Amino acid sequence: MSSAEVLKEESMVLQKKMLGEHFDTLSKAHENGRKVVYTFVPGNLNELILAFDLLPVHPEVNALQSGMRKLSGDYIQEAEKHGHSEDVCTYVKCDIGMLKKGNIGPTGEKLPPPDLLLLSYTGCFTFMKWFELLKQEYGCPVVMLQVPYQADGRITASQRAFVARQLRDVVVPALEQVSGRKLDEDRLRELLASSARAEDDLVHVWESAKHKPSPIDAYFGGVYYIGPIFTAFRGLPVCEQYYRSLRSEVDYRIAHGMGPTTPEGELRQQKYRIVIEGPPNWTSFREFWKIFYDEGVVMVASTYTKVGGLYEQGFRHDPDHPFETLAEYCLGCYTNRNLPTRVDILAKYVEDYQADGVLFNSIKSCNSFSAGQLMMLRELEKRTGKAGAFIESDLVDPRYFNAANIKNRLESYFQMLEAKRQAA
Amino acid sequence: MDTQPIIDRCERLYRDIGLGSVQAWKQRTGGKAIGHLPVYVPRELIHAAGLLPVGIMGGGDDVEIIRGDAYFQSYICHLPRSTVELGLAGKLDCLDGMLFPAICDVIRNLSGMWQMMFPHKYIKYLDFPQTFNDAGREFYRFEMAELLLELEALSGIHASAERLNHSITLYNANRRALAELYDLRAAEPHRVPTSELYLLQRAGNVLEVGEHTTMLHDYLGAARISNRPLRDNVRVVATGLFCEQPPLSMVRAMENSGCYIVDDDWVLGARYQLGDTPVGDNPLAAIVDSYMSGTVATATRYVEGDDKGAFLVEQVRQRQAEGVIFAAASFCDPALLDRPMGQKALAEAGIPYTSFTYSENTGQVQVIKEQAGTFADSIKLWGAVT
Repeated sequence: MSSAEVLKEESMVLQKKMLGEHFDTLSKAHENGRKVVYTFVPGNLNELILAFDLLPVHPEVNALQSGMRKLSGDYIQEAEKHGHSEDVCTYVKCDIGMLKKGNIGPTGEKLPPPDLLLLSYTGCFTFMKWFELLKQEYGCPVVMLQVPYQADGRITASQRAFVARQLRDVVVPALEQVSGRKLDEDRLRELLASSARAEDDLVHVWESAKHKPSPIDAYFGGVYYIGPIFTAFRGLPVCEQYYRSLRSEVDYRIAHGMGPTTPEGELRQQKYRIVIEGPPNWTSFREFWKIFYDEGVVMVASTYTKVGGLYEQGFRHDPDHPFETLAEYCLGCYTNRNLPTRVDILAKYVEDYQADGVLFNSIKSCNSFSAGQLMMLRELEKRTGKAGAFIESDLVDPRYFNAANIKNRLESYFQMLEAKRQAA
Repeated sequence: MDTQPIIDRCERLYRDIGLGSVQAWKQRTGGKAIGHLPVYVPRELIHAAGLLPVGIMGGGDDVEIIRGDAYFQSYICHLPRSTVELGLAGKLDCLDGMLFPAICDVIRNLSGMWQMMFPHKYIKYLDFPQTFNDAGREFYRFEMAELLLELEALSGIHASAERLNHSITLYNANRRALAELYDLRAAEPHRVPTSELYLLQRAGNVLEVGEHTTMLHDYLGAARISNRPLRDNVRVVATGLFCEQPPLSMVRAMENSGCYIVDDDWVLGARYQLGDTPVGDNPLAAIVDSYMSGTVATATRYVEGDDKGAFLVEQVRQRQAEGVIFAAASFCDPALLDRPMGQKALAEAGIPYTSFTYSENTGQVQVIKEQAGTFADSIKLWGAVT
C-alpha cells in the first residue's frame, strides 16, 4: 500500500468512525438521557444544537444513505401506499417510508424519535411540508426558523435581522426548553471558532481542484468531503481533525501530481474537467461515477457540495457575532441564492477551474435545484462559450435512474467536447 | 338584469390572453400595470401607488406552448411554462413589472428566470412571513414598506395614507362582495353555477377593483332572482387549486358531474385575507397586521400547532358539504405534499374525499367528470364512506 493510499485511508476511516459513533450514540440517546433534534442540512444550526448538548439527526442524510444502501425504493413505495404522491420529493417519501418500516438508521440501529423538529426553512419549500408531515407522525414540538430568499442576489439588513431575531426569540428558547439548560454563549463561541478553522481547510480542499491534474473529484469525492461539516460534526474538534487530515492528503497528491481516488483506483488520465450543477443520484452512485472516470472525466467544481455553505466566497462562522453569523450562514446557502447568482457562481467556476464544460444533473424531485436549470444552462453556454449537457435522474428513487440513457447522453457529450478541443 | 351578459363579458376577459383590457386601461388612464402570480399579493399597495394589479395565472388551455417547454423539464408543473410562453410571445408586454409571491420553489425560481429574460422590467420576489410572531411581523412590515417605495418609484405616485385608506376601503368592499357570492352559492348553489363564479373571479384579475366589485353586485342581484332548477347534487368542497388554475372546461365538467361545489380555493388571492383591513392613521401597518392575524390556511402557508387540516374540516362543516375533491395540479409540490395531511384530517372527521390531478391545459375532462360523478354517486348511495 502506498503512502498516498494510507493518507486517503486516514480521512475516510476517520469519517466512518465518526459516523458509526454518532449513530451508536443516537441509538442509545434516550436511554442515556440525551435529547434528539431533527433538522435539515442547508442552513443547519449545528453549533447551536451542540451548545445545548443535543444530538442532531438529518432526514436528508438518512434518505441518501438509504438510497446508497438500495433501500429507498421500498421506502418510497411504502410512503406512496400511505397516500403520498408520485410527483413529490423522494427524500420526503423515503424518510416517511423508513419511519413506517421501523426507522432503522444506516448502521442498522433504530433511530430515536425526535424531541424537537428544528425546521430551518432554508432554500427549499419542501422542508416546510416535510416537517408538517413529521409533526403528524411524531407529535413532537416544531420550531420554525424562516430564512428569506436572496431574491436580489444579496443579503439585506432586514433579512439578517429577521433571522437573528428568530434565533434569539424563538429558536434558543425552544432549545432551552427541550434541553433543560440555558444557552452557554461561551460554549457557542468555541464551537463557532472551531467551525471556522475546519471551513478554512475545506476551502483549501475545494480550491485544490484548480491544479492540473486535479487532486480531487469535487463532486463524487466531494460528497464525502462535505459529510462532517454539513452534518453533526461542524464545531467539534473531530471535525477539525478530519479536515486537517483531508487537507494533508490533498496536499500530498498535489505534491506528487496525483489525481483523486475512484473506486477503481487513481484517476491519472484527466481528459476533461467538468463543472457540475445539481445533486447526484444516490441509488446508482457508483454506476454514475464510473461513467465519468471511465472516460477520464474529473469534476473540478460542484454546486451541490455548497448547499451547506459557500465557504470559498469568504464566509466563515464568526465567534464574535454568534447570532448574526448563524443568520448569515443560513441565508448564504447555495439553494437560497437566486438564479442569476447561481449562473454567476457556475460561470466563475468554469473560469477559475479552467473547465471544459458544464453538466447539469437535473433531479426530478428537487424543484429548488431543478426549476430553471434549462435556462441556466443556456445562459452559461452563452457567457462562457463552453459546451453544456443536461441529464435527468432522481435523488433516491431508483425508478428514475436510466443508466443506458444517461450513459448515451454523456458519451455524446464527451465526444462533443473532444470535437471542440480538436477544432480549437 | 340577466346574469348572461355579465358572464359573457367575464368569459371574454378570461380568453383575453393578450391582456387587451389592461392595454385599454393603460391607454384610458395613462397609468402603469403590474402583473402578479398566484397566490396572494397585497393589491392594496399596488392600487394605492396608482398601478393596476393584474393577476397572471398562466395561459390556461388557450395557449399553445412553443417556447415555454424548452425552459422546463417534463416534471415541472404547467403554469410556469405557459407564463414563460406568454412572456416570450410579447403577450405580457403591457405589464410594467411583475411580482412573484413566495409559494413554492418553482415560482421562486421563475422570478430569477424573469430577471434574466426581462432585465429592464421591474421584478420583485415577495417573501411572506411563515412565522406568525413579532419577528415575522417586523420583517413583513419592512418588506411591505420597501415594496411600496419601489411601486411609488415605478408609478411616480406617492401612496399617501389617504390613498392607502381609499384602496383598503375598495378591497374590503371587494372581499365582502366575493364573500357574499360564495355565501349565496353555498346557500343556493343552483343560482350560482360554479363556472360562472369562477369566471367572475377571473375577471377580478384584470379589472380595476371598483369595477369588479360593481360587477359582482350586479351579478348577485341578477342571480338571486334567477330561475334555475335545484338539482339533486352532492355538495362538495374543491381544494388544491390555489395556484395553477383549472381550465373552464374542467370546472364545468366537475359541476356537471352531479356535484355542487360549495367552496373552493381557486383564484384564492382575492379571498386570502379573512376579514376587513381597518382604515386609520397607519394603513401600511394595518395591511401587515391584517395579513398576520388572519389568512386562509392554504398549502403554501405554514401551519403551526396541531390543527393541520382543521381549516378544511371547518370549511366542509360551515358549507354543509358532504365531501371533498382534492384536485391538485400535476407536480404541484405544495398541494401534493399537503394532501395526505388534509386527507388524514378528513378521515378522522368521517368526511369522504376523492383525489385527482390536472393541468391548466387538461383536455381530457371526461375522466375527471367520471371520477367526480362516481364520487357523487358513492356519497348519495353510501354517505360518509371514505
